[in-house]
Amino acid sequence: MLLIHCPYCDDTLPEPEFAYAGEAHIARPADPMALSDEEWKNFLFIRSNPRGTHYERWRHIHGCGRFFNAIRDTVSDKFVMTYRAGEPRPNLDALKEAAE
Amino acid sequence: MTAHPRSLAQPPVTVEVLPPAARFSLRLRAEARPVAETALALPLPDRIGRRSVGATRQAICLGPDEWWIDAPAAEADAIRSALDGLVPHALVEITDREITFQIDGPGALDLLAIGIARDLSRLEVGRGARTVFDGVQAVLVREAEHRFTLSVWRSFAPHVGELLEQGAREIALGL
Ligand SMILES: [Zn+2]
Repeated sequence: MLLIHCPYCDDTLPEPEFAYAGEAHIARPADPMALSDEEWKNFLFIRSNPRGTHYERWRHIHGCGRFFNAIRDTVSDKFVMTYRAGEPRPNLDALKEAAE
Repeated sequence: MTAHPRSLAQPPVTVEVLPPAARFSLRLRAEARPVAETALALPLPDRIGRRSVGATRQAICLGPDEWWIDAPAAEADAIRSALDGLVPHALVEITDREITFQIDGPGALDLLAIGIARDLSRLEVGRGARTVFDGVQAVLVREAEHRFTLSVWRSFAPHVGELLEQGAREIALGL
């Protein structure tokens, strides 16, 4: 079973308490009327779907209820880190350097 | 009636349904907390899982802006109107929403492990959390080393109650 660290509860807890909620850091366009159909389609449906490091949203739905963001490796399923919603996208290279 | 051996007379863990008391769900922002604490005469813990216990009322923090308040039924009216006009908030009475089971005895951790994936030995006495019991959302509080309360929504209670009873019998039989 995956163990996931909730940045609001500050605890590492079993996966059944959490729900996956798609790719993170996708901002809804401020003025959808100004977008072409192509741009709107890209916002709605087109996701990066990487093999490897993925920035994604999770929700601690059966816990504190909060959405937060995570960096997870889609190959190994290993969580690199989790952070609160609204915080800037962490720079992975800087994280790796800091760890070394 | 014949005398039972002590092990049968006192099973390792018992399950009972607690009588209902008044229960409220309170949501408000951090800046409104001090005003609400004064109005309710009850500290509202600012860390998830922590509980404060007053003379008759208690509050447990379940989310960054969410608390459960438990109180005797006689205080329900006072709590219902305590925050009127003071701060922006949402206060909902949920007394009838849940059934609360009390799980008591040295086998309590073993019994809860049949439905909860958390490592409950790490949960300190006097703290609690919303979690999942056998697929059912539940609020668990550790009242004492070997005593817990588990609150589940009413419609899930027959399933959860039956599972707890069955688990308690298995533990009593050493299965
Ligand atoms: Zn959480």
